Amino acid sequence: MSDLRELYQEVIIDHSRRPRNRGELPGHNHSAEGFNPLCGDRLTLYLKVENGIVQDARFDGAGCAISTASASLMTEALKGKTEAQVEALFGAFHDLVTGSAPEESPSLGKLNVFAGVREFPTRVKCATLAWHTLQAALRDRAEPVSTE
Amino acid sequence: MIASNDRYDIARIRRDFPILDREVHGRPLVYLDNAATSQKPRAVIDTELRYYRTMNANIHRGVHLLSQEATDAYEASRERVRRFLNAARREEIVFVRGATEAINLVAASYGQRLKSGDEVLITAMEHHSNIVPWQLLCERSGAVLRVASINDAGELNLTSFEHLLGPRTRIAAFTHISNALGTINPVRELIEMAHANGAVVLVDGAQAAPHARVDVQALDCDFYVFSGHKLYGPTGIGALYGKARLLDAMPPWQGGGDMIREVSFNKSTWNDLPYKFEAGTPNIAGGVALSAAIDYVEDIGLDAIAGHENDLLIRANERAADFPGLRPIGTAKDKAGIFSFVLDGVHPHDIGTILDLEGVAVRTGHHCAMPVMGRFGVPATVRASFGLYNTRDEVDALFAALRRVKEVFA
Repeated sequence: MSDLRELYQEVIIDHSRRPRNRGELPGHNHSAEGFNPLCGDRLTLYLKVENGIVQDARFDGAGCAISTASASLMTEALKGKTEAQVEALFGAFHDLVTGSAPEESPSLGKLNVFAGVREFPTRVKCATLAWHTLQAALRDRAEPVSTE
Repeated sequence: MIASNDRYDIARIRRDFPILDREVHGRPLVYLDNAATSQKPRAVIDTELRYYRTMNANIHRGVHLLSQEATDAYEASRERVRRFLNAARREEIVFVRGATEAINLVAASYGQRLKSGDEVLITAMEHHSNIVPWQLLCERSGAVLRVASINDAGELNLTSFEHLLGPRTRIAAFTHISNALGTINPVRELIEMAHANGAVVLVDGAQAAPHARVDVQALDCDFYVFSGHKLYGPTGIGALYGKARLLDAMPPWQGGGDMIREVSFNKSTWNDLPYKFEAGTPNIAGGVALSAAIDYVEDIGLDAIAGHENDLLIRANERAADFPGLRPIGTAKDKAGIFSFVLDGVHPHDIGTILDLEGVAVRTGHHCAMPVMGRFGVPATVRASFGLYNTRDEVDALFAALRRVKEVFA
């Protein structure tokens, strides 16, 4: 049971129910689509990047609690970051959820709530879908990103 | 119903399945993913083990004793499958990896006679394995794929099916029982309708073989396919039934050893049925053990199994009726032990993870039936599918675990 609460932390439940930054971003200059064929999760990420800095980020789509909360918390974390900082954040987040780094990383802030995902290998793709979509958006990839 | 349960010795049956003793996440395993694959009784495991320990050899070619024994056991299994399906002749039973391969075989081989403008008719409730091989065939041949619709209960719309059958329909392919919805199709009626239009019929029996008695002669279907692993047998073995007249006229689909009579660089000639369609060394151990699985299932009796699983479905429906926010997907009047549903406000994937921690194994996702998900406007469902060893207590355990889901997402 402790595993369950570690995965579904209050913050995650809250963000899955009331996702922040949801909906299309007017005036975005980057976007990409992500798809997890395993569970049918789909999301579109919109970014407004100026002078190498993420000014705003929003997402749209339907998914499980983990992928929705991940997208919601990610869009919050991105604002004001340089592209280099975003890349570093992606690396730290990936290491956090796959268990290849310690359970807490100061740079991740609120995103540390996803540490419980490491105990659920089948759910890592849910947590990282938004992040892979983010990379595609920054590189302006036209093809939807698939986790498979 | 109660009387049939008294005769159904569930405690003895459960003892036949060693895996049911194990725990997952510190809880007793409640295995409700039988539509994906079923667990194996000791008789099947022992048969496969005994095959490798005592008679392993290649078949159809050795003069030594082991090869003869292995060949005899494999061919006895073919005869067992023939009786199971009540096919007229053993030559009509082709061993394959499973239902998917069987459908691909028919699409690749029988499909060679299709031309541009011909039509293949399927239904909106098919598994991807009974969609994609026909799509590939249509791409190759210029034939057109037609899809009969289903209603909100997940039942085939017979008017749509009949309407789409026409003089250009060469093949009608449909499932006997839907894997995502549990719907039992009126296959006899559908076969008659298709034949009246001159189409040949393939029935996908992957879900039906473990739950319903199948008599291919009474059905008069042209092809019937099933997988061993859903029938409490090994993975990697299944069977294609085809009418001898049709199989005889069909070209081979894979070339290699065993499927030939004579090979020269100018020309090769083909072996007799069914070997013409069995190139290469097959899954001999799996084939031998499949016969043990069929014995096991028929000893209990398919009618008794269907009755037991229907009891479990009734129990699940009762529990679901007073579970707030639960919406069953697939409510056909004629339905097998497949209970597919969604819960308000919780994604199936999250439900699956929480159920797993409670020891309850279900399938979550699109069940290889993405068009069905689209039809019901959901990205995925949770599917509990019952097998011959499941109990009412396990149905209750599913709903107790679903209450945990509600607590977490309260």
